[in-house]
Amino acid sequence: MTSPDEPGAATGPRTDRPRRRRAGTGVRTGADSGTGGGTAPRRIRAAGRRGVPLPLLLPGVLALAFLLLPLLALLVRAPWRSLPHQLTSTEVWQALQLSLVSATLATAVSLVLGVPLAWLLARTDFPGRGLVRALVTLPLVLPPVVGGVALLLALGRNGVIGKWLDAWFGITLPFTTTAVVLAEAFVAMPFLVISVEGTLRAADPRFEEAATTLGASRFTAFRRVTLPLIAPGVAAGAVLAWARALGEFGATITFAGNFPGRTQTMPLAVYLALQNDPEAAISLSLVLLAVSIAVLAGLRDRWLTGV
Amino acid sequence: MTPSVRRTRRMLELAGAGAAALLTLSACSSSSGSSDTASGTSGSASPELSGTVTVFAAASLQESFTALGKEFEQQHPGTKVTFSFGGSDTLAASITGGAPADVFAAASPRTMATVTNAKDTAGAPVTFVRNQLEIATLPGNPGKVASLKDLTEPGLKVVLCDRTVPCGAAAQKALDASHLKLTPVSYEQDVKAALNKVELKEADAAVVYKTDVHAAGDKVEGVEFPESAEAVNDYPIALLKNAGHAETAKAFIALVRSAEGQRVLGQAGFLKP
Amino acid sequence: MTDTPDLDAQAPEGGAPQGLDARLVVDRGGFRLDVALTAAPGDVVALLGPNGAGKTTALRALAGLVPLGEGHLRLDGTPLERVPPESRPVGVVFQDYLLFPHLSALDNVAFGPRCQGRGKTEARALAAAWLERMGLAEHAGVKPRRLSGGQAQRVALARALATRPRLLLLDEPLAALDARTRLEVRAQLRRHLAEFEAVAVLVTHDPLDAMVLADRLVVVEHGRVVQEGAPADIARRPRTDYIAQLVGLNLYRGEAEGHTVRLDAGPSITTTEELSGPAFVAFPPSAVTLFRDRPTGASARNLWRCEVAGLETHGDQIRADLTGELPLAADLTTVAAADLELQPGAPVWATVKATQTHAYPA
Repeated sequence: MTSPDEPGAATGPRTDRPRRRRAGTGVRTGADSGTGGGTAPRRIRAAGRRGVPLPLLLPGVLALAFLLLPLLALLVRAPWRSLPHQLTSTEVWQALQLSLVSATLATAVSLVLGVPLAWLLARTDFPGRGLVRALVTLPLVLPPVVGGVALLLALGRNGVIGKWLDAWFGITLPFTTTAVVLAEAFVAMPFLVISVEGTLRAADPRFEEAATTLGASRFTAFRRVTLPLIAPGVAAGAVLAWARALGEFGATITFAGNFPGRTQTMPLAVYLALQNDPEAAISLSLVLLAVSIAVLAGLRDRWLTGV
Repeated sequence: MTPSVRRTRRMLELAGAGAAALLTLSACSSSSGSSDTASGTSGSASPELSGTVTVFAAASLQESFTALGKEFEQQHPGTKVTFSFGGSDTLAASITGGAPADVFAAASPRTMATVTNAKDTAGAPVTFVRNQLEIATLPGNPGKVASLKDLTEPGLKVVLCDRTVPCGAAAQKALDASHLKLTPVSYEQDVKAALNKVELKEADAAVVYKTDVHAAGDKVEGVEFPESAEAVNDYPIALLKNAGHAETAKAFIALVRSAEGQRVLGQAGFLKP
Repeated sequence: MTDTPDLDAQAPEGGAPQGLDARLVVDRGGFRLDVALTAAPGDVVALLGPNGAGKTTALRALAGLVPLGEGHLRLDGTPLERVPPESRPVGVVFQDYLLFPHLSALDNVAFGPRCQGRGKTEARALAAAWLERMGLAEHAGVKPRRLSGGQAQRVALARALATRPRLLLLDEPLAALDARTRLEVRAQLRRHLAEFEAVAVLVTHDPLDAMVLADRLVVVEHGRVVQEGAPADIARRPRTDYIAQLVGLNLYRGEAEGHTVRLDAGPSITTTEELSGPAFVAFPPSAVTLFRDRPTGASARNLWRCEVAGLETHGDQIRADLTGELPLAADLTTVAAADLELQPGAPVWATVKATQTHAYPA
């Protein structure tokens, strides 16, 4: 597994000088910083703006078509006549509402826990960090259903930890909305962690040092300097995580089950509708698509551009 | 192909039934060989059976059909039986979507109906086994579940199949017949998922098929209930219109319906039709 | 400036020794930094040295960004070795300033006071006063990326000073500036440093910056202090090739006996000073006279047979690098170079008058 190093490099803060990585805690490699050389020449941008090379244009357009065509087909074949009927059903709205709420909560959980984890991975050195980073990405390669089974084995009523939750606090997680949020967070958090870690690595750690020399504790430095600097990366990661959580199916249905209004999210409703009413499934998919596009487009304009 | 069939077919493909697409692909590759041999043997009109039979069968039939397939190949050297097991709905969808299957064995008449309605069968389907519902409880039945009514006890975590899948529809039928209102903790997407929840001890009981309880061994305990008679599930089997080796396929169906076939299926917990 | 907050820290009262007293030892890989630094309040000390000498590491050790392996660090009598960077009364102006890009100039300067527990309004008032003092009042609301290099440098200085540090550290404060701005900023920085009442330590590889800005130079090479003293003294009496090169002198080491210094490398140099024992001899390249043929009238003293190794223009002069009996650098006019038909590989004779050499004990 390769660890994607700097996916968010473009969003990180820019400095004129070449960036230096830290070796060890708080110690830069090289006894002295590069001096004399002054500023590195900025790359000239204008050159790339003219003709678009065919070897890039063709696959690019093909990729776009490949991604959009199935969605387009969904639109073309949508049962427009029965759509109003589908959309007025309470089950659909319940599922949609639950999807939005649980995906947002899962994103919040991912942010609260994932950003600190990303910081630890990017800014501290501890034995086995490489392994930990690989483990973080594990939920990405795990089939979601397996993830759901794993969650059951860990947090289920009879699970490794869930057993004690039940015995001590009387808490059982499966078949609850909490389980939906957990399943979605499990699958979505790696996206956020990887995205934020990449941004953090691209960000100059010396801003944090500058903050500490001004009297800021490491946490204050993180909160008041690093976090604002990596905000675009965090936002991008959060959007990714949210989108992933919204579409989550396998882990959710396995860990949380399927009960309308409590654990039946849109993807579950779509899947079950597909069993005997493909038209309804298409309608539901359209609703999910429309809502996600509205939210993502809205966020993109506000958060992900003009940084 | 009638326009309506084509329409459904496209729609299903669009619906992104990835599983169906995969099944179609694998079925394609296995049937291409069979059509080659078909042209060689059909002219001679020999009573010798040959060629490959592709059987699409409900997941609950996996163990028994695999055994019967081996037996068939032994009885008729030169033949080969390949299987595609899956949810009946998915299988039906891929058959109407053009998957080259020779035989379809469904877990409910309703799913078979989608195939017959699309005029993809050759001849009327026949019921070859029946499956009855049973309650699966934790080993030792700690909840002391003895009847369908016991499942409505508060505090008992029960999972049912979703109403859109056959076992869920059957369970609902049984519940309706006995005027019981049961609120499960979850409507699972298929019978295996429902059973799994009991096997993992996340649920206390599930309403599943006898054959599934049978297959789960001692990980669950089966409790029969009389209301299950109200919701017996017929398993229809049919020869498909586009079968490459109709004779061989017919012979396989005959084996399934024979005394030997019924014995093997009975061992798995199925009832005679 | 009227009713601005009190900007200047009061020097602490009491009998504790004031200023900086440090021995910084940092071990890293194969590199060991071991330098001693002392400075009184008001002193501006420049750490001068080539790249990789350990100057920045020393600065980072002072700031607490690099832990000390051994040694000690006392500021106004208080030991700081175990004090984390955020609690040290130390301000740092980083080489590329590291102004927080998401904060305005004002908020950058207010950052320190805020961290020290001042209220938002108070911190901002203080920051505004500092910016005004730096002549940047009208740029208070501007984000760093819209500041010019010189303005950014002053904001960085204001930001460091706003925490009222007892030790101000400047890492290559002028390196990021272009030549024109540099001249101007150097003069301003000199003024601000002169006003600063506590210890200032700056790191630079530029001898001119060091000499203009600092009262005292500490020359660091390979992690060690090789020479220390007033700028003029160091310029006159370099003790390593690096410094000699920086100040533009030919430097040799040898054994002095009377007016003659016998060099380790072989030939002798006659000097005006009378010395005995290990000694340095230095003379500027402009003191060297070159001849194509052995000069007949001249005495044989301080006459060496050399060969041109390389030529380069040096302002309106030509600098000739010579090898041979005595490797040296010689400056001559373009006309003279043409007359001598100098070219790499050409043999030449070089002489230096004893009065233009300077010998001092090693």
